[in-house]
Amino acid sequence: MLNRLFSHDLPRSRWLAVLLIAIVVALALTPFLFPGTKALNVAAKVLVFIVLVASFDLLLGYTGIVSFAQTMFFGIGAYGVAIACTRLGPSWGAVALGVAAALAVSLVLSLVIGLFSLRVKAIFFAMITLAVASAFLSLASQLSDFTGGEDGLTFKVPAALAPSTQYLDEPWLGASIDGRFAAYYLLFVVAVALVLLMLRIVNSPFGRVLQAIRENDFRAEAIGYRTVVYRTIASVLSALFATLSGCLLALWLRYNGPDTTLSFEVMLDVLLIVVIGGMGTVYGAVVGSALFVLAQSYLQDLMKLGAGLVEGVPIVSALVSPDRWLLWLGILFVLSVYYFPTGVVGRLRAMGRRR
Amino acid sequence: MSAPSLSARFDWIPLALVAGLALVALPLIGSASTWLTLTMAGLAMGMIIFIAASGLTLVFGLMDVLNFGHGVFIALGAFIATTVLGAMGDWTSSPNLWTNLGAVFPAMLVAMALAGAVGWAFERVLVRPVYGQHLKQILITMGGMIIGEELIKVVWGPEQRPLPLPEGLRGSLLIGLGGDQAAIGKYRVLAVAIGLVVLISMLYTLNRTKIGLLVRAGVQDREMVESLGYRIRTLFIGVFIVGSALAGLGGVMWGLFQQNVIPQIGAQVNVLIFIVIIIGGLGSTLGCFIGALLVGLIVNYAGYLAPIVVMFSSIGLMVLVLLWRPQGLYPVTSR
Repeated sequence: MLNRLFSHDLPRSRWLAVLLIAIVVALALTPFLFPGTKALNVAAKVLVFIVLVASFDLLLGYTGIVSFAQTMFFGIGAYGVAIACTRLGPSWGAVALGVAAALAVSLVLSLVIGLFSLRVKAIFFAMITLAVASAFLSLASQLSDFTGGEDGLTFKVPAALAPSTQYLDEPWLGASIDGRFAAYYLLFVVAVALVLLMLRIVNSPFGRVLQAIRENDFRAEAIGYRTVVYRTIASVLSALFATLSGCLLALWLRYNGPDTTLSFEVMLDVLLIVVIGGMGTVYGAVVGSALFVLAQSYLQDLMKLGAGLVEGVPIVSALVSPDRWLLWLGILFVLSVYYFPTGVVGRLRAMGRRR
Repeated sequence: MSAPSLSARFDWIPLALVAGLALVALPLIGSASTWLTLTMAGLAMGMIIFIAASGLTLVFGLMDVLNFGHGVFIALGAFIATTVLGAMGDWTSSPNLWTNLGAVFPAMLVAMALAGAVGWAFERVLVRPVYGQHLKQILITMGGMIIGEELIKVVWGPEQRPLPLPEGLRGSLLIGLGGDQAAIGKYRVLAVAIGLVVLISMLYTLNRTKIGLLVRAGVQDREMVESLGYRIRTLFIGVFIVGSALAGLGGVMWGLFQQNVIPQIGAQVNVLIFIVIIIGGLGSTLGCFIGALLVGLIVNYAGYLAPIVVMFSSIGLMVLVLLWRPQGLYPVTSR
């Protein structure tokens, strides 16, 4: 039963299994274990990033192609929900319409980009996605009537998820049972379902072909698989999952703007999480997102502390200031690609095998 | 793809494309003087993009390395220009054109030297360990791009810095055109001139010198050149340094073109450069030149006709070119 649920792709390492169970239990019980807005926000962000990063892993880790447009699809999903709820009012119909429209846009866009760039050479894909994503970012900031421009859109979600809705007057087991509580569990259930679905996809015969293409595309083509078709389908699937994660984020934040979803920093976060977690393992997305979002939410405070300590020292203080967060992310990213290419999951699995 | 004919005849169609694009835009814009102004601006911008992009396309052609960090050298060049020109305030504020150029040229030389030196370090530290691994190259050089951009912020600060044109290069030359006057920025004329100098010296080096012969041969077939006893690595490092230095020069010119510099400038120009070298055919110098002119023109025309779609206009151009020639305007035959 469990084996089928995980598509016969179990963690294959005792420590990894323990880590995964700990993360899932912590996420499932966050409203009870860690009451408070910040903890709940961090947990929700972890859930959204797990789906987003896993969708990117489908492309980078399993198919072996680099896309810099993952955040564009993430943003399309978030804008879909945001625009629909702003225009049509906070109803479930509006949310459904927004999700459907966003999925349709992502489908068409990713299909066109894929067919265009993957037809020639896989390396084109990285360059073209970068160009399209930056064009999309500038378009989204300029169409301010539609997207709210740089300020973004703040909107209301359906009443069942709104913070003002109280289901129980008294907190139950330490958690207040309100609209946020419902929204969190909606995110949790959808995220779990999407991750299991992606696990199913990568372990299907289709997923095996993707891995064959990653290992040696020439040979895969020679065996008779149309690599263009498989790569394009993989990029479309990845775009659709990223769109759904964007919808989840918008529902949780009740806000969306260019910096939240479209910016290049989000893309860097995703790249880093995939590499740290472990490319080509959906579990890497889970472990990586949990570690990274926790670090991002709590380590920046630590950097502020460090900046306070070295204040006055000319160059060092500029290097450790919280504004230079991205510098350390970049260095960490390069170091992980060199020295830690299989990520946490790969290392844990290798440890198990050695024994 | 058809086999390359041995009697290599020059392919004029892409060149005609540039003229064609300019002619198509004429009736859309309507006024001849506006058209001339825009065309001149487009050509100047194209020249600058070409200078910045030429190193990238050679590096890719020679070593199959796609350097996503190329933009860092552009940003570096632009920021060095703000420092050098800022320090030579007396020279830049003088109304004498020659004194101004006496400030601009040292700024370019310093930018080229430093960008070349940083390029050398970049190759040693970041690129060398990942030869032959495309996926890692993209990730590593992208990481290098981010680190470089942040280091620039550490040195020069994250704010936008002004980079005013020297006195003598401000303003425009007015050209009478059918009762109307077309304004052509003086700096644009200088940009076109420098661009032509770079193009000609590059074409001369590539086509008339032994080093150029080796570089071209290396782009066509690296193993063959190696088996003849030439150290392609050394050659490649040289090309990488020159490419970075040219990117630094491009950065100075781009910064003066925009008249202000932000740390994200590298990432912005990077996108344009990628479009240019895809249009030109990865690895081709002439293709890069034509692609840069096409992109420069269409961005300026689109900026006038429909400002909101500026970014998409160059992407649309790329799509059309790829539909026509999937390998780019001048395909490099070995790839």
